[in-house]
Amino acid sequence: MNLISDLLKNRILVLDGAMGTMIQRYPLKEEDFRNDDLKDHPKSLKGNNDLLSITRPDIIKEIHRQYFDAGADIVETNTFSGTTVAQADYDLQHIVYDLNFKAAQIAKEVADEITAKDPDKPRFVAGAMGPTNRTASISPDVNDPGFRAISFEELRIAYKQQAEALLDGGVDLLLVETIFDTLNAKAALFAIDEIQEERGIEVPIMVSGTITDASGRTLSGQTTEAFLISISHLNLLSVGLNCALGAKQLRPYLKVLSDNSAFYVSAHPNAGLPNEFGQYDETPEDMAGQIKEFLADGLVNIIGGCCGTTPEHITAIAELAEEYQPREEVVA
Amino acid sequence: MKPLILSGLEPLIITPESNFVNVGERTNVTGSRKFARLIQEDKFDEALEVALDQVRGGAQILDVNMDEGMLDGRAAMVKFLNLVASEPEIARIPIMIDSSKWEIIEAGLQCVQGKGVVNSISLKEGEELFVRQAEKIKRYGAAIIVMAFDEKGQADSYDRRIEICERSYNILVSRVKLQPQDIIFDPNIFPVATGIEEHNNNAVDFFEATRWIKENLPGAKVSGGVSNVSFSFRGNNVVREAMHSAFLYHGIKAGMDMGIVNAGMIEVYDEIPKDLLEHVEDVLLNRRSDATDRLLAFAEKVKGKGIEKKEDLSWREANVEERLSHALVKGIVDFIDEDTEEARVKYSSPLKVIEGPLMDGMNVVGDLFGSGKMFLPQVVKSARVMKKSVAYLTPFLEKEKASGSTKGKILLATVKGDVHDIGKNIVGVVMACNNFDIEDLGVMVPAEKILDKAEEIEADIIGLSGLITPSLDEMVNVAEEMSRRNMKTPLLIGGATTSRIHTAVKIAPKYDHTVVHVLDASKSVGVSTSLLSDKSAEFGNLIKSEYNDLAESHKARTGTKNYIPYPEAKRNKTLIDWTKQEAQLPLKSGITIFEDYDLNEIREYIDWTPFFSTWMLKGKYPAIFDNETVGKEARKLFEDAQAMLDEVISRKSLKANAVVGLFPANSIGDDVVVWKDEFEQEELITFHFLRQQGKKAESLPNSSLADFIAPVDAGTDYFGGFAVTAGIGIETLIEEYKREHDDYREIMIKALADRLAEAFAELMHKKVRTGIWGYATAEELTNDELIKESYQGIRPAPGYPACPDHTEKRTLFDLLQVEKNTGIELTESFAMYPAASVSGFYFSHPESKYFGLGKIGKDQIENYAQRKQMSVEEVEKWLTPNLNYEPANG
Repeated sequence: MNLISDLLKNRILVLDGAMGTMIQRYPLKEEDFRNDDLKDHPKSLKGNNDLLSITRPDIIKEIHRQYFDAGADIVETNTFSGTTVAQADYDLQHIVYDLNFKAAQIAKEVADEITAKDPDKPRFVAGAMGPTNRTASISPDVNDPGFRAISFEELRIAYKQQAEALLDGGVDLLLVETIFDTLNAKAALFAIDEIQEERGIEVPIMVSGTITDASGRTLSGQTTEAFLISISHLNLLSVGLNCALGAKQLRPYLKVLSDNSAFYVSAHPNAGLPNEFGQYDETPEDMAGQIKEFLADGLVNIIGGCCGTTPEHITAIAELAEEYQPREEVVA
Repeated sequence: MKPLILSGLEPLIITPESNFVNVGERTNVTGSRKFARLIQEDKFDEALEVALDQVRGGAQILDVNMDEGMLDGRAAMVKFLNLVASEPEIARIPIMIDSSKWEIIEAGLQCVQGKGVVNSISLKEGEELFVRQAEKIKRYGAAIIVMAFDEKGQADSYDRRIEICERSYNILVSRVKLQPQDIIFDPNIFPVATGIEEHNNNAVDFFEATRWIKENLPGAKVSGGVSNVSFSFRGNNVVREAMHSAFLYHGIKAGMDMGIVNAGMIEVYDEIPKDLLEHVEDVLLNRRSDATDRLLAFAEKVKGKGIEKKEDLSWREANVEERLSHALVKGIVDFIDEDTEEARVKYSSPLKVIEGPLMDGMNVVGDLFGSGKMFLPQVVKSARVMKKSVAYLTPFLEKEKASGSTKGKILLATVKGDVHDIGKNIVGVVMACNNFDIEDLGVMVPAEKILDKAEEIEADIIGLSGLITPSLDEMVNVAEEMSRRNMKTPLLIGGATTSRIHTAVKIAPKYDHTVVHVLDASKSVGVSTSLLSDKSAEFGNLIKSEYNDLAESHKARTGTKNYIPYPEAKRNKTLIDWTKQEAQLPLKSGITIFEDYDLNEIREYIDWTPFFSTWMLKGKYPAIFDNETVGKEARKLFEDAQAMLDEVISRKSLKANAVVGLFPANSIGDDVVVWKDEFEQEELITFHFLRQQGKKAESLPNSSLADFIAPVDAGTDYFGGFAVTAGIGIETLIEEYKREHDDYREIMIKALADRLAEAFAELMHKKVRTGIWGYATAEELTNDELIKESYQGIRPAPGYPACPDHTEKRTLFDLLQVEKNTGIELTESFAMYPAASVSGFYFSHPESKYFGLGKIGKDQIENYAQRKQMSVEEVEKWLTPNLNYEPANG
């Protein structure tokens, strides 16, 4: 497995950019989200992007290919909402295994195809595990702060199914990302650790939290450092931050991680903050300019993009990453 | 040595230099009778208070224990930990999940997002179970307390303690692969001075075992439940506190890292009276055979209550400059006169006191506020201290009047026709804190008076404020007047209805010099500072060009939105099937008057969220109290508000009056005609409403309030109106606070009166729905549901989005005889006075909804002018913000 951690010793690896932003470039209709099995599904499926791995694998593969061509070392599977918890909105709990398995498979196909062309630059697939749409340590009801819409145990089971399917589909590593409630992430890590024990394997695990605003805390209220401490009980490949903020706003929190993490450090920020129309409008040049600062300060080992980023952004980032040395490991 | 690293919402890193970590123990049903009772009686709110007290008392980790036979310990653990998670002040620190039952421990682990501590597991039931539990805890990500207990029993001697700890350590490190720094040993603290000889060495054995663990088991930590040691002295807190601190003193010296202690029940070691300490240490260290008897005898003499909390007055020992600064920053008025006097004598000139220590202190306040470290309510309290100090100095100032020492003179006024001034007062206070000289002309000030005064005092900046829409026009008028007088003074625009775009499009073009819109008090300081700096010309030009661009792009945008002709909009009205249900006949029609309504009842209906936003504290009530940054201030502010409400109610210093009226009515076109009685359709009075003209998506109507009243051919319908105030008597209070230079209370009473008026409107609406009109007699809604307006019917107010024409208020006031019945009056701009008043219409139909009128066309304006028998120009003047075209004279 440890090809990837060997590479990390020597250079900064590049993660891909946004999936959703790229999907939006295709004029998709309801029928694009359906196949024979789903043709009579009673709920509208348009917008359930994870389904495209099954119904329009051509599109997803094309997006992966574009990111690899842009210079990404690692692409994320199209499985951000691939848990029974998140798919419950569409009544699609039953297809979660297939969804993840297929997504992993097609991403791996593209990765292998590109690696074969250029064996000096091996490409990897990270199985993306999103936060789900429920929080285990926050009540959705302000009048009943003790209430929880989901339990740790329910999350553990859902994450375990997702992780198993992703691994079965051939991903090289797992990425627990956009963590706004650390307790959700702990359930995911618990599930992954169970799989490691049951299968007798070691999976490289990337963990990436989300600082929601300038308070410097996760949605569930933790400071960046407390977040790091709370997920450090497993042997992780990397810990990092993504989404919610642009590169510029992310920097102080990345510094905290860089100073304290015993693992590699990753960052995949948004293309700036959303403008008043909810769009991300930072250009590749703007974003690269900001990312340059934390590369120059040696804060990261893995860099990529989140909401609003495109292959053009990743090209700019990959060019930069080549110029700088990776962050050095902290001897804890 | 690697530190033990834990986390709640924030990190806790325990290094050898950390000294000693306090673990709060009061949230333990086996150790605190009070906590056990609260949990048993399901009083979790109060139980949370216990936790909060622990945190505030200095606990760095919170021990939670629900092991009680009568309890469902697992459910209680989950519920309590979930509640703790929603209290950031508590959740800040790591949790110690304390139970002897594995299922409770595991349930607890599933509730904490941070890295906590499990208390405890042991070899009691054999090695296999011990390993399984430890592996699982590791997977949950927590540190582990291991009790010195094995298959043979609990360790009660030095040898047994080290034997069990060493064995446990080896299993955890080599089999479970737990990091050694995550292992914490509890080598058992047992009582001493029990009268049983074998217990005499209990404390010494603990100290020795601790020393051995720290030397021989690298990385491991030591903890223990301290209060156990003094078990025989229950009821004698003086002795217990002394024992606890002496035990800790020796335990820490031996290497103890943390302990479960009642943080409020420890005496400072150095402050234990020497004779008591000697007796206590004789017992703990087993120094003499009669130690127990001697301590028991001595204990009788020192029975007492133990330590009491004292207010920290140590700041009084600093020099006078620091004391003044402290008083200003903390908002403490208690000593301000004596400190000011001392400074006056020291500085020999009262002016130098103001320019020196007072201004220095206020600069600190200004900086803290500017950097977000202080909040508005605190700043206003600081200003109160400043004003009191200046008031003390004023008689000494004589001819030494301050001049030129400030950053500049700012003239503030609420424009003619408007009575709202909370925001303006806040701006005044904040700017005064930042060393501006403020001249406040108050409310309803005509342009002429503002500008005369500005010229007279040579104001450096003029600030205009207003809340109702007609004030926007008055601001334009002031700007025109300034041009006419060839003035050059920069003009600041602020207040709830003002906006950057309105300022850019309507006000700035009327005045050649600088006009700036300022969003709130915190912005006004920066803008004014720039305006009065040597770069003011550049700043002014920058603003000018920014506003020019805004105005240009606004011009380019208008017209891009689609509007439909008025007749077409009328055809696309809200469709209501009037045959479906009969009109709701009011139980009591005509006018009903409520005089001097009980404020206690009104208070129950207050929506507190806007109250906090008045004070620039962002957040929803009650969640705002948990907010990391503003929570503490919000709570203080809330407490002050409650105290003031109590006082107002007991002194009867505010009076609340209301009038409501329900009348037979029908819609005719976009008018609603009120009939003299329900049988003969003879007009009593007519209300004129407006209709949306923006192009709507398919199946969405172009609404008008008139749509919600049945047309004549559908039979008689009903329509209502109301006016309420909670501000009768407020002038007396304001004068009183002004005399005391108390901006804080002045702003507070205005903000509270506003809230009471809104609450009163809510209460009246409910009374109308469930009683007077009676169309929803079965309604039962909580205050939250009321705030969310989850009821049938609406109460739109003239001057607000659905019916933006303020002049309709005159008609409403005539219909309800509001002046006579409530004491509320209308200004020439149709603002209500007192400001803490609300008026509006009642619509009862289930289909009636709030909406915003948006912009309308000239065809409707002409029709409306005809209906209202007003000139088109006058209608355009009142509805300026709603025109989708440039009026001819504008």
